[in-house]
Amino acid sequence: MKRRDFIHLSGMGLGALATSGLVMMGNPVSAERLLEPGIDAAAKKVLADIALNSAKAKGAAYTDVRIGRYLRQNLFTRDKNVQNISNGETFGVGIRVIANGTWGFSSTSDVSPDGIKKCAENAVAIAKANSKLQKEPVELAPEPGHGEVTWNTPIRKNALEIPVKEKIDLLLKANNAAIDNGAAFVNSALFMINEQKYFASTDGSYIDQDIHRIWPTFTVTAVNKESGGFRTRQALSAPMGMGYEYMDGLAEDKIMNPAGFNSYKNTYDIVEDASEAAKHAQEKIAAKSVIPGKYDLVLDPDHLGLTIHESVGHPLELDRVLGYEANYAGTSFATLDKWKSGDFKYGSDQVNIVADKTQPFSLGNTGYDDEGVKTKEWDLIKNGVLVNYQAIRDQVGILGEKESHGCCFADNWSSVQFQRMPNVSLRPGTEKLSPAEMIKNVEKGIYILGRGSYSIDQQRYNFQFGGQLFYEIKNGEIAGMLEDVAYQSNTQEFWNSCSQICDKDDYRFFGSFFDGKGQPSQSSAVSHGSSTTRFDGVNVINTGRNI
Amino acid sequence: MAILTKEEAKQIIDKVLSYAKADETEVTIYGGRTGNIRYARNSVSTSGETNEIGLNVTSVFGKKSGSSTINELDDESLKKAVARAEEIAQLAPENPEYMPMLGPQEYVESKTFVSATDQINPDKRAQIAADSIGPSSEKNLTAAGYLEDFSGFVAQGNSKGLFGYNKSTSVDFSITVRTVDGTGSGYAIRDFNDVSLLNSKDVTNIAMQKAQASQNAQAIEPGKYTVILEPTAAGDLMGLLTRSLEARSADEGRSFLSKKGGGTRLGEKLFDERVTIYSDPLSPQIPGAPWDNEGYPQKPMKWVENGVVKNMFYSRYWAEKQGVEPTGRPSGMIIAGGDQSIADMVKSTERGILVTRFWYIRAVDPQTLLYTGLTRDGTFYIENGQIKFPVKNFRFNESPIIMLNNIEALGQQQRVGGDLIPAMKIRDFTFTSLSDAV
Repeated sequence: MKRRDFIHLSGMGLGALATSGLVMMGNPVSAERLLEPGIDAAAKKVLADIALNSAKAKGAAYTDVRIGRYLRQNLFTRDKNVQNISNGETFGVGIRVIANGTWGFSSTSDVSPDGIKKCAENAVAIAKANSKLQKEPVELAPEPGHGEVTWNTPIRKNALEIPVKEKIDLLLKANNAAIDNGAAFVNSALFMINEQKYFASTDGSYIDQDIHRIWPTFTVTAVNKESGGFRTRQALSAPMGMGYEYMDGLAEDKIMNPAGFNSYKNTYDIVEDASEAAKHAQEKIAAKSVIPGKYDLVLDPDHLGLTIHESVGHPLELDRVLGYEANYAGTSFATLDKWKSGDFKYGSDQVNIVADKTQPFSLGNTGYDDEGVKTKEWDLIKNGVLVNYQAIRDQVGILGEKESHGCCFADNWSSVQFQRMPNVSLRPGTEKLSPAEMIKNVEKGIYILGRGSYSIDQQRYNFQFGGQLFYEIKNGEIAGMLEDVAYQSNTQEFWNSCSQICDKDDYRFFGSFFDGKGQPSQSSAVSHGSSTTRFDGVNVINTGRNI
Repeated sequence: MAILTKEEAKQIIDKVLSYAKADETEVTIYGGRTGNIRYARNSVSTSGETNEIGLNVTSVFGKKSGSSTINELDDESLKKAVARAEEIAQLAPENPEYMPMLGPQEYVESKTFVSATDQINPDKRAQIAADSIGPSSEKNLTAAGYLEDFSGFVAQGNSKGLFGYNKSTSVDFSITVRTVDGTGSGYAIRDFNDVSLLNSKDVTNIAMQKAQASQNAQAIEPGKYTVILEPTAAGDLMGLLTRSLEARSADEGRSFLSKKGGGTRLGEKLFDERVTIYSDPLSPQIPGAPWDNEGYPQKPMKWVENGVVKNMFYSRYWAEKQGVEPTGRPSGMIIAGGDQSIADMVKSTERGILVTRFWYIRAVDPQTLLYTGLTRDGTFYIENGQIKFPVKNFRFNESPIIMLNNIEALGQQQRVGGDLIPAMKIRDFTFTSLSDAV
């Protein structure tokens, strides 16, 4: 498959995903193979040292090596049938060096001493060849060696150890629940990833990490053949940095939302959500079409996460700001002069947005990044003011900082690591406030849940977002479902219209499992936490059309 | 030796089939070289080359199938791959939609391989980048670009006697040029099978001109405008329509091709009568692969003729269920065009907007194929037959179905992302807001 195809995945329906073969990276293997241990850390250290020494002997000033085993299992069902089960494994080595002040990268699936030696030498040769075109030498922010350390995602149940049949049965149970509640069609899927990553560098780090992620999701379709109308409702789950325990659907993780059904915190009840989805999809066909105009928006965390991702996460990537993504994803309105001014009002005083790679259960949660930097948390927006960006070792000096933010990532051993978005989250309000209380004070508004259509310009000013579910708010009460809703705004205007944020009891994660960036494109996973939040006087358009 | 000859590939496939014990077995061998060079801020940022060869075995028992892929082609590895695929198949659940494998097929001789592209090396890539960076930096402009080239083969065979072999090459080049003050941005993109058709200097020149001409854009009110879409912009939206002609979702009532009260709109006139959409694997501009993802032979097909929906995509399963012939799924689509150049279209426009490209296009409503997105990298106001000034970018909310009913003119065609797309002049195109993005 061509890498550039991968980035389009998020726009495809689940049915198309199941048969495209696109989500599978790596060689198909049996489910049992995913449970076999890889080579142990001691053996990896021996191999890593061969890379470090071989590169040094050829003149590298710095070398890092990533020995990676990437395991994936994807399950797809359609209505009452299994559509596809795929298990994938890739194993190999990526070696990155600095020689003559220039980066060089090479990778190989030949994980033998000889294969690694050749790969390291090739990386140095590439660095030296590219150094002829280099304008300024690479400067790395210092990072202490961490010695031999390990880090594991704190999972309780390894999803790959759960029998395939048990997982399929759960998906089919959810499908049946949707069909029993009036769905015409339902596609469901479960994505599971285990990254076994070993990192070593000439700084003296030997880091062994075992990282797990999971994403259950579905699309339910209701059809009214007489009217020719159809509507879909997608799952309100979030992809998480968790094991199979996310599927437990514990009572303590259910929050009754103001629309009268459950939202989910750190575990998810797929059967319950599928039943609700079937009812919602039918209700959507008959729902009132929105009257365009200004509304106060009350945004659920499972919706707001994507708005945070697009309008705060991406524009504050330093490589974008500098122009390295100009030909593809674009640049950023959040230019260095705005940051330097020290008073650029990105949002209202209540807007505090934090970047981190450490929150438990989040997709970005790791102990160390892919250049051996210990992960941490830092502020991006404080009391509404832009205070920082996302930067890695060779960029952070531009910001006058001496320590990388620890957000360097490669999606495979064969890909070169570069700056990727950490978790970017809105801090909850400090005063006690529930979503129901928030809605009580809204006269004319719309309560929006779920991830819908999303689009934003290449400098991240103008955006348009849809959602899965829209409820009209009239004089402090939910007044029924709306359809054909999308809101359009400008990033700075929107965040400055933020007037209230619910407290920490409502704090939940949204996640993006296949976030694309770079050429050739790489995919990463990132979470965005928030509590239900109110934005005043936002422009809402009607997206209904007759054809 | 990433590219195997037809004979070498056939020999390996036959060997794999001789090891197989399943009811049906299919073998695919693929391989090739992918190279790239990326630059930004007038300097090369990354470059690389990957050589890959792989063999996939799919084994089927009844309606249960399993697959296995290997990257080594020695006898031991081939035997293991067959054994593993058979083991996975035995454990797999039945697929009620499984279709028995095809027997021998007649495939066209494709024109997808060009040796000039096969011969690309790191020096050639560096030269293509240098020809793009040089002129930009001379004019004090900032270039960011990306080139990706591929040369490879695929061969497939199965236990029912089917065999096919195809070689192909491709090159994709895109360039963004920005003014140093960030007030102007231009873009151009090209794709070919034959690298000798790519002149990165000329393509960069287009982006440079657009960057300079788009500086200090003025804001004009959003609303409904006549637009002239360059083929790149037209292709961005038309591909969304031409890839949605799926019969199954239409029959199931969940497509714009579904009919009120049940059934589909096959045979209905849905578009302006100038709209004809077809595919042809032997098109000289967009040569296609000889077979689709089900191994079904590609042949010339009319999808829309004079505005009438003539065909929808039928997979082998859905075709059998509906009692029709499968259609295959074309690799590239052709929208019939006309003689007018962009300049001709501008000359005949009283008031309108010229669009270079669209960006961040996302579905809003699958029922009406409504999409949203933005203009990018060169948007200009036209008045009384002349380009007057650059305008700020717009967000649009529009459906390609509505667009193809609002045609003013179809212009000269250009290859865009593997399709052949005309420039289009469309009235009443819906812009819903302004963007400050450059």
